[in-house]
Amino acid sequence: MTMSATAIPLEVMVDGPGSGVAVDIKALHKWYGEFHVLRDVDLTVLRGERIVICGPSGSGKSTLLRCINGLEAYQRGEIVVDGIALANDPKRIAQVRREVGMVFQQFNLFPHLTVLENCTLAPIHVRKMPPGEAEETARRLLERVRIPEQADKYPGQLSGGQQQRVAIARALCMNPKLMMFDEPTSALDPEMVKEVLDTMVELAMDGMTMIVVSHEMGFARQVASRIVFMDAGQIVEVNTPEEFFNHPQHERTKLFLSQILK
Amino acid sequence: METQRGTAAVTAGHMAFVRRAPAPELAPPFASTGWTGWLRANLFATPFNAGLTALTVLLLVWVVPSAVRFLLIDAVWTGTDREACLATAARPEVGACWAFVKAHLAYFTYGSYPIAGRWRVDVFFALLAIGVAWLLWIDAPRRDLGALYFFGVFPVVSFVLLYGLPPLGLPIVDTSLWGGALITVVVAVVGIVTSLPLGILLALGRRSRMPAVKALSVLFIEVVRGVPLITVLFMASVMLPLFLPATWSSPDKLIRALVGVALFASAYMAEVVRAGLQAIPKGQWEAAAALGLGYWQTLRLIVLPQALRVTIPNIVNTYVSLFKDTSLVFFVGIFDFLKTVETARSNPSWATPVTSVSGYAFAALVYFMCCYSMSRYATGIERRLARSERR
Repeated sequence: MTMSATAIPLEVMVDGPGSGVAVDIKALHKWYGEFHVLRDVDLTVLRGERIVICGPSGSGKSTLLRCINGLEAYQRGEIVVDGIALANDPKRIAQVRREVGMVFQQFNLFPHLTVLENCTLAPIHVRKMPPGEAEETARRLLERVRIPEQADKYPGQLSGGQQQRVAIARALCMNPKLMMFDEPTSALDPEMVKEVLDTMVELAMDGMTMIVVSHEMGFARQVASRIVFMDAGQIVEVNTPEEFFNHPQHERTKLFLSQILK
Repeated sequence: METQRGTAAVTAGHMAFVRRAPAPELAPPFASTGWTGWLRANLFATPFNAGLTALTVLLLVWVVPSAVRFLLIDAVWTGTDREACLATAARPEVGACWAFVKAHLAYFTYGSYPIAGRWRVDVFFALLAIGVAWLLWIDAPRRDLGALYFFGVFPVVSFVLLYGLPPLGLPIVDTSLWGGALITVVVAVVGIVTSLPLGILLALGRRSRMPAVKALSVLFIEVVRGVPLITVLFMASVMLPLFLPATWSSPDKLIRALVGVALFASAYMAEVVRAGLQAIPKGQWEAAAALGLGYWQTLRLIVLPQALRVTIPNIVNTYVSLFKDTSLVFFVGIFDFLKTVETARSNPSWATPVTSVSGYAFAALVYFMCCYSMSRYATGIERRLARSERR
């Protein structure tokens, strides 16, 4: 089978606990005080799937993502990640965070540590990996995101695009089963967006399970297994990229696409 | 239209432009460099600025010569008693009596510590100097060992050395005999060493989500900060025994003062550290959490290294005031450096009109040198940090 850049096959790998399901979200509700941010969200992500979540700002995309690794607590419903139900339980959340990598809009690299130290910190202190092995892994992954020569610099010395690729490598160093990206290119200068997206496309081609909050519609079209459209805290439409862009069903989706693609 | 700079064309109301030759680099139009430029920019930029410059020069002309004359030119450097520092017909003007300071230097350093045991104090000073140098020299090798030495080994060894341990052949020296610079250094070091960890804990407590922890931290910080150190010292020396079981012998006077100073300094340190903690973006906590690091790991590896770095100047500032505040322990009957100067100046065999001034000038000089070197160190660190942030 040949692999073209525009069509990455949906591979469902069945192994480990929880069979083929990576994330299972059931009837999720979340409130910020009185404000109902997430309303009755249901979403099942299979292993090897690449989900792109889009929608207008304030629609709850990032909040949903942050619920999956316990950065935000939720009030009703359940999230099961890799067979572990979070249930707002700190122990289980800690377990899930080892398996779920996250990349932030603002990179959030640790400015007082070198690029290499950023990458080896969690493997050494969370996975208890021997430092030599952690460094080897980190160098291999920095190679993979194409910045091996920056290993001994500090984050402040790198461009935004390079910093975001370090952030991706840092998350990959924990050998996660799932990678989440929270608007990874929104804080970047236009000429640096492509290098980060290219890295993400490669990751997708290697079969990584990914949930990406993004407005990069080109990326979504090329990489997504399914696109999730959210509005006002609800999932409005879930579809394949083909259907989503060519035959949007919901009025809200049509409106959003007409605004964003103009 | 062809100009020297490029081609401009006006077509249908639109102006297009393409540069052909780069704009040349020109020298600045007036003297803004060199020493004349520096003078103009820094000393005589405006009439107000020029006025201030003239005023400062006048002030220096008025103060510096007489100070130099008193402290150096007319000063008496040698002598065995008051006769050396009295005005005579041959020498009507007498400056500072440094002979008096020289004669009391041992007293200023050790207080009433037994003469036979003063080598122990010297060893203590040497051990302290090693520890301080190891920690303050940022590029020193094995600073982790240095920290272990300074916070673990040094306090125990110092206590044994100074207080004594008869089985080791070190007779007990009661703390009431300790004095002079020894006391000032002990109080300052104990305050400095305990206030940082306690301050960090209090600052974390104040930011805690647990209401009881938060309330207790806030209460402690605000009460201690709302009271002068002298009051804390009196409370520590009078009230501390009341809180302890009656069967305990009342704790040592010096220990009580040390507890007071440590608690006082930690309340101030807590506020300094809190400011540093607030400077750390939430994203740092989130990134660490997302990687699976726990609260204490995040604190130790991510947050505190950054928070303490930005607060180093403020931490040192707190240390400087703590160092000067140590002189207050003499109100609860402890012979610190200033108290020894105070005692020596009323020594009748050195009673001259300039004795007191000389003693106080010496004390001021010692305090100034200590505090100034601390603040120079902080400035150096600050500059170094600014450099690393620019990169």
